[in-house]
Amino acid sequence: MQTDILIVGGGVIGSAIAYQLAKYNLDITIVEKESDICMGSSKANSSMIHDGYNVDGSTLKGKLVLKANSYFENLCRNLYVPYVKNLGSIFVGFGDNDLKIMKEQINNGEKNGIQGLKIVGKEKLHQMEPNLNPNARFGLYNPNTGTINPFELNRALAENAVLNGVKVLLNTEVQNVIVRDGKVKAVQTNNGLIRTKVVINAAGLYADKIAAMVEKIDFEIKPRRGQYFLYDKKWGNLVKHAIYSAPTKVSKGMIILPTTEGNLLAGSNAESINDKENFATTFDALEGIYNNMIFHLFPMLPRNGEVITTFAGLRAVATGEDFIIDYAKTVKGFINVAGIQSPGLSSSPAIAMMVEGLVRDLHYDLDFTEKGNYRVDRPKPLILRDLPYEERNELIKRNPDYGTIICRCETVSKGEIIDAIHSPIPATNIDAIKRRTRAGMGRCQSGFCGPRVLNILENELNISPLKVTKKGKESYVLAMNNKDLSLQEGRRNYEKIEL
Amino acid sequence: MKEVAEETIIICIGCPKGCNIHVLHEGKSILKIGGYTCKKGLKYAQNEFIAPKRILTSTVIIRNGTLPLLPVKTKNAISKGKIFECMKEICGITVKAPIALGTVVKSDIGGTGVDLVATKSINVAPIA
Amino acid sequence: MKKSNYDIVVIGGGPAGLAAALEAKRSGVKKILICERGSSLGGILEQCIHNGFGLQYFKEELTGPEYADRFIKKLEGTDIDVKLNTMVIDIFGKGRIIAVNRVEGVFEIETKAAILAMGCRERTREALTIPGDRPSGIMTAGTAQRYVNVEGYLPGKEIVILGSGDIGLIMARRLTLEGANVKGVLEIMPYSTGLIRNKVQCLDDFQIPLYLNHTVSCIHGKERLEGVTIAEVDKSLKVIPKTEKYIKCDTLLLSVGLIPENELSQKANIKLDSATKGPIVNEKRQTSIPWIFASGNVLQVHDLVDNVTEESEIAGRSAAEYINNQLIVRRKKISVTYTKSIGYVVPQFINFNDTKEKVIKFYMRVRHPDKNVNIIVKDNLGKVITYFKKDTVTPGSMLVLLVPISLLQDNLENINISITRG
Repeated sequence: MQTDILIVGGGVIGSAIAYQLAKYNLDITIVEKESDICMGSSKANSSMIHDGYNVDGSTLKGKLVLKANSYFENLCRNLYVPYVKNLGSIFVGFGDNDLKIMKEQINNGEKNGIQGLKIVGKEKLHQMEPNLNPNARFGLYNPNTGTINPFELNRALAENAVLNGVKVLLNTEVQNVIVRDGKVKAVQTNNGLIRTKVVINAAGLYADKIAAMVEKIDFEIKPRRGQYFLYDKKWGNLVKHAIYSAPTKVSKGMIILPTTEGNLLAGSNAESINDKENFATTFDALEGIYNNMIFHLFPMLPRNGEVITTFAGLRAVATGEDFIIDYAKTVKGFINVAGIQSPGLSSSPAIAMMVEGLVRDLHYDLDFTEKGNYRVDRPKPLILRDLPYEERNELIKRNPDYGTIICRCETVSKGEIIDAIHSPIPATNIDAIKRRTRAGMGRCQSGFCGPRVLNILENELNISPLKVTKKGKESYVLAMNNKDLSLQEGRRNYEKIEL
Repeated sequence: MKEVAEETIIICIGCPKGCNIHVLHEGKSILKIGGYTCKKGLKYAQNEFIAPKRILTSTVIIRNGTLPLLPVKTKNAISKGKIFECMKEICGITVKAPIALGTVVKSDIGGTGVDLVATKSINVAPIA
Repeated sequence: MKKSNYDIVVIGGGPAGLAAALEAKRSGVKKILICERGSSLGGILEQCIHNGFGLQYFKEELTGPEYADRFIKKLEGTDIDVKLNTMVIDIFGKGRIIAVNRVEGVFEIETKAAILAMGCRERTREALTIPGDRPSGIMTAGTAQRYVNVEGYLPGKEIVILGSGDIGLIMARRLTLEGANVKGVLEIMPYSTGLIRNKVQCLDDFQIPLYLNHTVSCIHGKERLEGVTIAEVDKSLKVIPKTEKYIKCDTLLLSVGLIPENELSQKANIKLDSATKGPIVNEKRQTSIPWIFASGNVLQVHDLVDNVTEESEIAGRSAAEYINNQLIVRRKKISVTYTKSIGYVVPQFINFNDTKEKVIKFYMRVRHPDKNVNIIVKDNLGKVITYFKKDTVTPGSMLVLLVPISLLQDNLENINISITRG
């Protein structure tokens, strides 16, 4: 197989880069090692679109997040990505030290060219957030902070890229990079060799591993785990802005905010770990986040019960704490886009533009003329629950599957699930369908729709139900058919729990 | 040679009290029963000790039906010790739709003398 | 958009909906519609292939499908309309209901009264926030029951069950019979919440251990479940350090509680009771919105389907009385309250004078297991109206108290229910 530009990683960064370059007559391929795009850091984060008021504007990440902010409005309109541009954020303070930090942040923000920052007193603060802990005394309000649906952004960028000719190869892991005469020639994957002129390393948590395939590197990607609570939509109106608690050396502070979909998201802590695959939540962290932040800010929120789920995200933190977006030092044609921790999501359009610049500056024989049939948008996703009844009926008349409701909690039809399975980046497992349609994101967490979604996957993909997975690889939902005689014979050696 | 007296405790399932009924016995002969608080409990413990029986419910594979499985039960309680033997036999049973509730799916299941009957009616699946 | 008219719409075709619709028909209501989201009537009973149903109502021991069949057969002899594969998606004021199916699309129903019979859903691992990985192999006992009894698959081979509720106990037996190894059942409370009969016939019969005061404290597995950490808990349900033990398994089933399914009720702004998680109702099972009634698991989580049937018959009868303007309001509404030792009581209000009923049935649960208690019903002045002696009470067993209406004086404003030892 052959391509001009190979992007390693189908997260929001890899997809944004593909989206950016897809307007030109370039042959572009994304390789993604998981069974779906958006399965790394892009899948589990705070969904915030930071304007950059409290970043160090002299760092690369600072420059990029400041540049990126104004691009989101058009991008999200064209690509139909749920985005609340002016949710607004409030860093809520209880003590004098908090006030000191707020003043520093305002200075920083104004230095970065951010307008509209102001400190609000107790009365105004509680007017803006009526359910906030009454002991909160003041707040730093930033009207520019936004929130986005990160799954949908990742997917929309990648889908637009595919519609514009980009290839996305799932379940494809880069095992080696072939270099000859100091230039990148090809990558070896588990699905064969791909000849390429340029490799863009957007491999997130594994960017160091990929970078080290071409040369000795001077950075390491160390995961920083953050855990979250996602509250039931019933609580969606409790909090009106993104509310911050006090920042620390390694994080902007914990946040609680209403998501674009109407849930309440609260988190996250910041814990350096070694294992890049450790997405587990821990009792201590969840207790800490609840007791020190959630309960502290909004004491009416329960510890469990009306919690939809808890989860952990891993930030890909590079040595030096800044983004590393640069050529490999000793090999031509290899571009690292590494260490994209927060504000990575918020910087994605600017990162993509910077990478375009780097690719151009290679002065390779690459056709940067614009595609004739380039489309800047994608087809509007069909979300029946958001449509007026008459429009739904038009769709159901054309395709009765839109009239069969599969996920009762989020009102998702069979037609929408089948569409997801056959979309430009096909959903081939339960979680991939969940991210695209919301089936399984509700209160019963797939209790009702799970067996029905499994059945649809079985039929649409023509596979045995025993092969359906939750999230790819070996995550099978079922074990075997019942009525198995071998099990009936093997009872004798059954082990029970002994305390 | 005289047998040693043993005690077996049987939990009565007749009502939420769940009395622990003590059965003093030599082998299978009951010497004394205590701990029950009503006649039903005594009767239950006697039966449960001498010959415990259970109604077995399960499913069998059904072909050409609107559903892939037909729920079944033993028409009467069978000996508790025969349960797994019956399950093995049930594994191998396949029936064809239509089946009416009450139909005998297999008589003398597992050699118990008891019929295995359908507990649901399943019609033939409509041709797609 | 298609529009149709009915006298009564029943939302849900399980045991509650079936009984309510049949009783409404018996009370003379002409146009009745049942909307059922599944492909058949019977609701959850269709996957409950075990027996133990109907001992009270039919004086026979039936399996779930057999119990449902009794009502489905009766229904077939009536002109009650049934729409299968139909989901009610909205309820608006003045009797407007919106539903959708593949044949009619989104359509509107105008009705004089509605009966909510949507049942309940299961509490999830996620709602308990059990820490650890998020592999496949974790599901609620009810979902496993559907896979095993309706679809024909085993969710796993080495199984740990969290929660000693009846669904978990039943599945312990079911999975064992199908050949899986159920390694044990863990229950966080110091008592089992299921029927003793199930403990004996589902666990003891198969030497499956039940460990009280235990829970799952962590879940392990990158893709498929590999094991769970279990631990003992103290009186405040916190993990006791150093009691953790790793148990290898490929499946974790959760049987940790049922929650009435009230999404629609919330959309309709029906007032809910935070204790039952279901609508607040009067003795006629009428909710805070006069034309909407509720019965069965959507109102309160029942243990016996027989009680679901009886409660639904009340709702069906009452909805009929309502549309015929036959309800006679009491001079004073009686509010029903209860002391801390009681979990909840249904109904929460008594609004009517009834010439037909002789008793009011109170359904309630206690908070803690106890023996030899008196359940005392007092009026607002503290005078004892009546009391009931109970040998054994436990939160896992709903109590039904029959209070003669003759004991409820005209000027009564409040009934308070309490428990004393004695």
